[in-house]
Amino acid sequence: MALLEIENLTVEFDTVNGRFRALDNVSYSVNAGEVMAIVGESGSGKSVAMLAVMGLLANNGHIKADKMVFEGLDLMTMSPRQRRKVIGKDISMIFQEPIASLNPCFTIGFQIDETLKEHTELNKKQRKARAVELLNSVGMPEPEKTLKKFPHQMSGGQCQRVMIAMAIACEPKLLIADEPTTALDVTIQKQILDLLMDLQAKSGMGLIMITHDMGVVAETADRVVVQYKGKKMEEADVLSLFENPQNAYTRALLSALPENATGDRLPTVSDFHLNGEGA
Amino acid sequence: MTDTTHSSAPDTRIEVLKGFWRHFKTNRGAVFGLYFFLTLVVIAVFAPLIAPHGATDQYRDALLVPPVWMDGGSWNHILGTDAVGRDLLSRLIYGSRFSLFIGVVVVSVALVVGICLGLVAGTFRGWIDTVIMRIMDIILSFPSLLLALVLVAILGPSLINAMIAIAIVQQPYYVRLTRAAVISEMSREYVMAARVSGVRTLRLMFVTVLPNCMAPLIVQAALSFSTAILDAAALGFLGMGAQPPTPEWGTMLAEAREFILRAPWVVTFPGLAILTTVLAINLIGDGLRDALDPKLKRS
Amino acid sequence: MSEDIILEARNLVREYRTKEGMFGKLNITRALKGISFKLERGKTLAVVGESGCGKSTLARILTLIDPATEGDLLIEGKKIDIAQQKITPEMRGKVQIVFQNPYGSLNPRQRIGDVLTEPLMINTDMTPQERRDKAMEMLVKVGLGPEHYNRYPHMFSGGQRQRVAIARALVLNPSLLILDEPVSALDLSVQAQILNLLADLQEELNLTYLFISHDLSVVRYIADKVMVMYFGEVVEYGTRDEVFGDPKHDYTKTLFNATPRADVAHIKERLARTA
Repeated sequence: MALLEIENLTVEFDTVNGRFRALDNVSYSVNAGEVMAIVGESGSGKSVAMLAVMGLLANNGHIKADKMVFEGLDLMTMSPRQRRKVIGKDISMIFQEPIASLNPCFTIGFQIDETLKEHTELNKKQRKARAVELLNSVGMPEPEKTLKKFPHQMSGGQCQRVMIAMAIACEPKLLIADEPTTALDVTIQKQILDLLMDLQAKSGMGLIMITHDMGVVAETADRVVVQYKGKKMEEADVLSLFENPQNAYTRALLSALPENATGDRLPTVSDFHLNGEGA
Repeated sequence: MTDTTHSSAPDTRIEVLKGFWRHFKTNRGAVFGLYFFLTLVVIAVFAPLIAPHGATDQYRDALLVPPVWMDGGSWNHILGTDAVGRDLLSRLIYGSRFSLFIGVVVVSVALVVGICLGLVAGTFRGWIDTVIMRIMDIILSFPSLLLALVLVAILGPSLINAMIAIAIVQQPYYVRLTRAAVISEMSREYVMAARVSGVRTLRLMFVTVLPNCMAPLIVQAALSFSTAILDAAALGFLGMGAQPPTPEWGTMLAEAREFILRAPWVVTFPGLAILTTVLAINLIGDGLRDALDPKLKRS
Repeated sequence: MSEDIILEARNLVREYRTKEGMFGKLNITRALKGISFKLERGKTLAVVGESGCGKSTLARILTLIDPATEGDLLIEGKKIDIAQQKITPEMRGKVQIVFQNPYGSLNPRQRIGDVLTEPLMINTDMTPQERRDKAMEMLVKVGLGPEHYNRYPHMFSGGQRQRVAIARALVLNPSLLILDEPVSALDLSVQAQILNLLADLQEELNLTYLFISHDLSVVRYIADKVMVMYFGEVVEYGTRDEVFGDPKHDYTKTLFNATPRADVAHIKERLARTA
């Protein structure tokens, strides 16, 4: 059975200019122990689906779906109270801006402790030990010292490690990573991706990787969903997607990669024509 | 959500204004405030035509006549008369001229000087910034009405001096707002781009950066418009603002103080006029803030 | 000398001095620690590095915004020191810049037409009509149209804004363009369009590019020469094939290893490793 199953999810937002459909009848299914990548450019609705799952959409968002089930629990009919129990514990999420995702007023130790207090039965001493253990597992040097630090005293990469530590604090069954490395330097990106893959392999959790970067997809994913303007273009396992893309948009996207350039010019997505930007 | 309708986007300033109005009118209070304010402007402009009597005409045969709906009231003086027989409604109508005049002058003076000082402080930084901001801090460390009183006491009580005093007291808020906005805008790339294309400092300050700092200033201007009216009324009430027989609302209040029990309408109506005007302007200010702020974030 | 050197940097150093409090001790941070390179006309030099390596500081010096603390900057063989001399419009026109973030680099209250004519108004004595014609010509050149002339930046997409920014940089007919991560804020498909546009313009106008980037796949595509920077120092400098074919410095190797690769062989290798 799939860990998370979503069928025909549509998300719409109320804006000043009327209703805007950000996601149009898209289905996803993630198995335990699997890395699924959702890839798309801006406006593809790649983040929206997972925000809907987490219940993090802004007030003007409207969700419609035939099915939204996590481990047999129906997320659509769940009470907010039940939902809070699942979210943060069994499903957790990390975001693009690691420094902005941490509360600047509190120490790292306090913030990890809060998460543990919310979702576990541990006492104070056990929680501290667990926090140290978590920081160790995400490769933070000197975890004891780190607990006393404030977010602004750390680099972006370190903050992202702390975010990951908090996200895996309750051993979630599903981790959603929304562009986890976009704000980071390449060498740091490599470290964070390695860490995520390592943790995923060890714990066997499901991992959803939301990204715009085909390179990140190639380095991490088992299965890939390609989205464009709120619609699913293609879903395939990673090798066949890169080797033999079925959809025209996917092909265009892959050929627009500078490393795949043949000759002087890069083919662009508007060559493929789905009223792209351009003049 | 951000790139929805840009291809068929509007071209002209009128369209930009239309967009602004669409945001503004979602706030009902603000729209109500705006209509009230516009009505007030019309009344002030056409005061001689609207007012049934002159502002200083004294009807010796009709002292302290109550409003029309009370016993002894007459249609001749709809809101009654004061202790020397002047028609209250007419005085209020003429008084709106003073209130609006005070608001406009105080805000313009404070805004222009504040923007210039804030721009200088935010652009050049260093010692000049320190000097300007410390002076502003000193002004801010006095209770504002007290400082205004002291200034008027030095300059001599009159409406003009009261306005100068209030403008000086309101100054620091504009300076601080402008400086903060300028500093944050200065670090943006378009400013650097302008410098690369050779834009000189003066043009950079006024043409490149200033228009991008206007939104918070407009909101502050609207809100301090009402503060100016209030302060002027307070100074008038204390006898330090407009001098009788000027039909300024605060001064009217002060004159009527002793009749508060015998003839409550003499105090009530000028008070109500101040209250509603200030409330309306504050509502407009809130609406402006709501309409301008998200716009600023989006572009 | 056979080669036509348009830009030469000799041992550029830039220090930032900050004081702690009024009487605190002086802190000196060296953002650039002696950078030297030469750039030939019509070629592209890519400057690669991660945040904090000093590439933006370098860009500010080359575009004559900040002076260098030490070292010489020669543009078309002439030594330029903005701490000593005033910048003439002629010098201004030679070097222009395109920034990374197309959402921040255009003044939100300025119409596209004014964005393009402002440099001309300040630096040349063209008539308004001539300026307008020149701006229109540039708009067309970067793939936009005259109908965009009166619009405001917020009506454009990121790629279109970047085109406007390129047009603004080109309007003074510069010979050298500093491109500070011009495509890293853009979507992949738009990135390809902008890279194509840059390549076309380089050929047409015989432009020289200094291309600052952290994305090695883009660098490999566009660069003739590559310079790798690390904490204010140049750790590797050579032709593209030299640097990519045989990186010498450890940092360069780390950087290459860290760059995600999207080719099939690499994916197969990864899948085999985990299976």
